[in-house]
Amino acid sequence: MSNSESGTHISYLEYKGKYKGILSWLLSTDHKRIALLYFYTITVFFFIAVILGELMRMELIAPGQTIMGPQTYNGLFTIHGVIMIFVIVIPALPAIFGNFFLPILIGAKDVAFPRLNLFSYYLFLIGAILGVLSQFAGNGPPDTGWTFYVPYSAQSSTNVIFALSAAFVLGFSSILTGLNFIVTIHRMRAPGMGWFRMPLFPWSLYATAWIQVLATPIIGITLLMVIAERVLNIGFFDPALGGDPVLFQHLFWIYSHPAVYIMVLPAMGIVTEIFPTFSQKPVFGYTAILFSSLAIAFVGYFVWGHHMFTAGISYGSRWFFSFLTFIVAVPSAIKVFNWISTMYGGSIDLKPPLLYAISFIFLFMIGGFTGLTLGALAANIQVHDTAFVVAHFHYIIFGGMGFATFAGIHYWYPKMFGRMYNNNIAYIAWGFNFIGFNLLYFPQFVIGIQGMPRRYFDYLPQFQTGEVISTIGGFILLIGLVLMVFNLVRSNKHGAVAPANPWHGVTLEWQIPSPPPHENFDEIPEIKTRPYLFGSSTKDKSE
Amino acid sequence: MSGQDNYIEQQDRETGKLGMWIFLFTELFLFGGLFLVYAVFRAKYSADFHAAAAELNALIGTLNTVFLLTSSMTVAMSLTAMQKNNRNLALFLVFVTLLLAALFMMNKYFEWSHKFHFKLYPGSEVLKNLPHGELLFFGLYYMMTGLHALHVLVGMVLLSINMVKIKTGRVNKMHYLLLENSALYWHLVDLIWIFIFPLLYLIT
Repeated sequence: MSNSESGTHISYLEYKGKYKGILSWLLSTDHKRIALLYFYTITVFFFIAVILGELMRMELIAPGQTIMGPQTYNGLFTIHGVIMIFVIVIPALPAIFGNFFLPILIGAKDVAFPRLNLFSYYLFLIGAILGVLSQFAGNGPPDTGWTFYVPYSAQSSTNVIFALSAAFVLGFSSILTGLNFIVTIHRMRAPGMGWFRMPLFPWSLYATAWIQVLATPIIGITLLMVIAERVLNIGFFDPALGGDPVLFQHLFWIYSHPAVYIMVLPAMGIVTEIFPTFSQKPVFGYTAILFSSLAIAFVGYFVWGHHMFTAGISYGSRWFFSFLTFIVAVPSAIKVFNWISTMYGGSIDLKPPLLYAISFIFLFMIGGFTGLTLGALAANIQVHDTAFVVAHFHYIIFGGMGFATFAGIHYWYPKMFGRMYNNNIAYIAWGFNFIGFNLLYFPQFVIGIQGMPRRYFDYLPQFQTGEVISTIGGFILLIGLVLMVFNLVRSNKHGAVAPANPWHGVTLEWQIPSPPPHENFDEIPEIKTRPYLFGSSTKDKSE
Repeated sequence: MSGQDNYIEQQDRETGKLGMWIFLFTELFLFGGLFLVYAVFRAKYSADFHAAAAELNALIGTLNTVFLLTSSMTVAMSLTAMQKNNRNLALFLVFVTLLLAALFMMNKYFEWSHKFHFKLYPGSEVLKNLPHGELLFFGLYYMMTGLHALHVLVGMVLLSINMVKIKTGRVNKMHYLLLENSALYWHLVDLIWIFIFPLLYLIT
């Protein structure tokens, strides 16, 4: 289409708007620039949280006190969790790739409410800064864990209020992003793009956005109640004042379990874009993938109780939650079969994005199967609150969502920045990441089953082998992450100029120049077919 | 040409309204959390809740309900007036809405200070010595009416902005999305009160 004369267009990176210099970024309402603001902020916070994690690994290299005391360790795992969960994994994919590619993929010039979008970014920034401040202001770092379980979070003398407010503000930002995306998808699809002609990444964002909108207010009010409990001494959750701590756990997990699907659904959406492109084959089971996203979003609401099997809830409700937990595995499995069938018989091109996407399936499956171990009532009692949970969680979140993010970065990098990265360095970094990740978390399954509790700064000597392997893995992973970032940063200046369609994709983002012009499309495209048709007709059009 | 402008305006309005409706859903869920906590504790301490609710002044509550219901009507009327291009009437009706909201807040102020006078506020010694259920009832009372009052204040700010914009003509017969969305928000504030009022004041 218009990309043949890509030399003449002005990209969003060079576009001169109302403001100059840094303000043209900080006050931009362009969805692509906001996406990059999120991208940079999240990357910085990610490395802060990674360093906190590595410090914990250092502490755990030997039994007894190694480099820090128990109180410091408590502070570290709390703020590692708060930053990772609320600042990174919940917002990252919708905020970065959703903001950048949702309007492009549905053929729109921007999201429905561009100014609200910028406002969400600033809320996000305030929340993130509050989270970091909680480390330094007041009476020392909060030590409750990211789950803020009462009554301890109401009693702890540390700086819990900052962390609570941080999570509250970040939640509000997440709600507004979700709201924006729902309206964008409802109202701004290009002419001819019916619901079933929409690519699957927007579909996954749609499912995610509904969870963001409908679940996040619950955590908002719950955090407000804990704040009220601390400040005004009200006692909703404090048994000494008649409150009910298990009620807090319910309210907390009513949000925080669906939040896991906020994290992983867009990740699934990203790899769903990657498999067809690198197999040059239409996605297998478009409708099945779409409805499994919605099914995950829906059933995911009703499984929160599986976090509370040992909290003293009734046998009937344990049975119910356990059963539904097994049910929610079904749509996830449907997706896995669809991705593999998409690759089957395709002309597979094992570029870094696909490599990351395949590792996503591998790691996500380990995480998923161990999730069933945890969802089974009897097995849960054995491994509850052990390192097994830590390993399961990180396999889903880092192995799943994290590796899908890396896949997305490598997939869309040429489009976002208009440069190609170095493939060889990307492969090497992948190797470090993949090996480091498995070395880091797999031993946690083993020592977890053997009885190593989570959140302990000390342990019995028999767990040392596992912990040392983990720590080594942690540092291999760190090398991989640094190498990956180095490659991407370097290529931004020195990489070869990216063509409009380096991977021969067929979705709309590949039919506009790299990087995209300010308003994405010179002319809003008209959609006449389903997505992912790698036939001759669509290919001709894109070249 | 004007037909097309009208079409685009109509499209923008639909988009803006959809966003507002979704936002209202989130507000319902926010208060929903409190209603849930209320339900749990009501079931657990029904006798205490019964006793504590008797302390509330149903007359003030009823008055406030009347104020809010009427204000919901006036704000809806002002929107219709705007659509019929009757600017002065719209302005007047928004003003009446604001006035009713102010009356509501004034009532709330007297109600709360009356409670404070008897040392019935969170964390006070009097409250701590009450049975657990009554303590929780007053906790919920302050939390629910407080959060609701905060929403009334936000609504008042929105209505004031509308007044300025109607005066300067930026909210007019063609562009009344802001007024419409503020009215939706105001109805929500009213709706939530409709549930808070019987739960706290009437079931004794």
